[in-house]
Amino acid sequence: MTTTATDTEHLVHAVNVTKAFGSNEVLKGIDMTVDAKEVVCLLGPSGSGKTTFLRLINQMETLTGGRIWVGGELIGFEDRNGKLHVRKDKDIARQRARIGMVFQRFNLFPHMTALGNVIEAPVKVKRLPKADVTKEALELLDMVGLGDRARYYPSQLSGGQQQRVAIARALAMKPELLLFDEPTSALDPELVGEVLGVMRNLAEEGTTMIVVTHEMAFAREVADRVVFMDQGVVVEEGPPNEVLLNPQEERTKSFLRRVKHEAETEAAHDAELARILEEAAG
Amino acid sequence: MTTTTEARPAVSDDRPGLIHATPVRHPWRWVAIAVIVVLALMFLNMLIFNPAFNWPFVLEAMIQSPVIEGFWKGTILVTILAMLFGVILGVILAVMRLSDNPILRGVSWLYTWFFRAIPRYVLLVIMGQLGLLFAEGIALGVPFDWKIIEWLGLSGDWRIGPFDANAIFVGLAGGVIGLAASEAAYMAEIARAGILSVDRGQMEAAQALGMSRGKAMRRIVLPQAMRVIVPPTGNETIAMLKDTSLLIGIPVGTELFFQLQAIGNRTFQVFPILVAATLYYLIASSVLMVGQAYLERHFGRGFGVQVSADKEEADKGLAIGAAK
Repeated sequence: MTTTATDTEHLVHAVNVTKAFGSNEVLKGIDMTVDAKEVVCLLGPSGSGKTTFLRLINQMETLTGGRIWVGGELIGFEDRNGKLHVRKDKDIARQRARIGMVFQRFNLFPHMTALGNVIEAPVKVKRLPKADVTKEALELLDMVGLGDRARYYPSQLSGGQQQRVAIARALAMKPELLLFDEPTSALDPELVGEVLGVMRNLAEEGTTMIVVTHEMAFAREVADRVVFMDQGVVVEEGPPNEVLLNPQEERTKSFLRRVKHEAETEAAHDAELARILEEAAG
Repeated sequence: MTTTTEARPAVSDDRPGLIHATPVRHPWRWVAIAVIVVLALMFLNMLIFNPAFNWPFVLEAMIQSPVIEGFWKGTILVTILAMLFGVILGVILAVMRLSDNPILRGVSWLYTWFFRAIPRYVLLVIMGQLGLLFAEGIALGVPFDWKIIEWLGLSGDWRIGPFDANAIFVGLAGGVIGLAASEAAYMAEIARAGILSVDRGQMEAAQALGMSRGKAMRRIVLPQAMRVIVPPTGNETIAMLKDTSLLIGIPVGTELFFQLQAIGNRTFQVFPILVAATLYYLIASSVLMVGQAYLERHFGRGFGVQVSADKEEADKGLAIGAAK
């Protein structure tokens, strides 16, 4: 296998990616491709390495081994005649600007309004005229349903609203690829739906997305492909209906059983609550 | 299920209504008030009737032109400049201290270690004598040029100057350099604490948007760090205001306390002079406190108590926006 050749067929192409923190090997050789306009959901138990893999794509961590290409360009390193050289900070910043990222904890800039958060990077990184950027930013905020919250500070917004601003902020850079790192895990249950709704719309518009999530229903409905990871390796991947409904690997099966059991417990609680409420009302 | 037509259930004898409770008595509070009133009257009596205060002389001393000049130049100007350079250098030192480069980290640590160890008065005396090290003056140019020129077999020199060292290190300039150098060591620690108080996710989010480390630091991290940095910096500024009275160590005479003492020594009116100095320092630090309050409000945008005011502003802004 040639690992030095650039790859322009796939938008994201990862080959034998390994990552170790000290002696702790978190990723043990991941191969993955993501094509343009594809939505891929990374599933797996916590500690399976799915978030680390996402962070490697955006160079929040440095690769230990393997290669990742995004848009045909090697991430983090430059290949000069078969010898790898670490890219300069400026070059890394340029590569990152092409990739949008949405975090579990939103990470909005608290000292800027929602609008300020969205226009910051286009104005300060791409150096686009502020008036044009503001107009587009307001449209983006409208799109995520927050047109009337443009001048609010993050602390004045609910978690779901903050996460939607964060999505608008990422979109403002017109990225080729959007990475979502458990975007609904820090939200109250009643706020999850509004964020998933925005993501569903993005998927329908043909945005390329890699989503680390625990939302099985979302993965099944929106993903073109799901990738199940466990203990640093890809266990199984394929169309959601195959992997989620008819898993082949034992580890996938046991994970799905656990998820199903949790969901059933929750559903039983909900049914019980509904019964009590109904009784009280009757 | 019951429905109520009135907003509030009716009050009847068997349901408790409004509360009219007897408050707890605080007799000691009244005793304390009485004691404080008596003490305050005694103090006021002393201020007015003790001839040592000599209030007309206090006012006269305060408006002497050398005193006013000393106040503006030696006290206010030196405070502003020393804090300005001290804060800038301090932030640079803090960023160095947090960098990946071990040399920069080491230099920053060494600087803080050195300048925190030296008392400001001693440092200012040293500043005044630095001219001894540069008896031939100070020149700008190529380092070790005489050696290089010797190697190359040339003659002459590659430098501009020399300038008189005493012109740089003595006088108000020397005072500003000395006080700023000392202040930077303290500000470095304050700024470092401020930078560390900002969540790591902020740097990550900024970098994910394509910002360089430096830009993320300037645009995202430092503005948030300022919220933590400003209050202790206010403290430092007031401390600096008072430490300008150490300028005599250089020695510099264009300074408030030195000028007032000079009047006191000439006229033997020792106490009124001290009162005049106290009044000046009180006024100046009060003005600084107002400035600090404004700064805290500015850098508190989007945080805590400030939020409700922001929200009103936001609502107003949107109302105006909608009207357009």
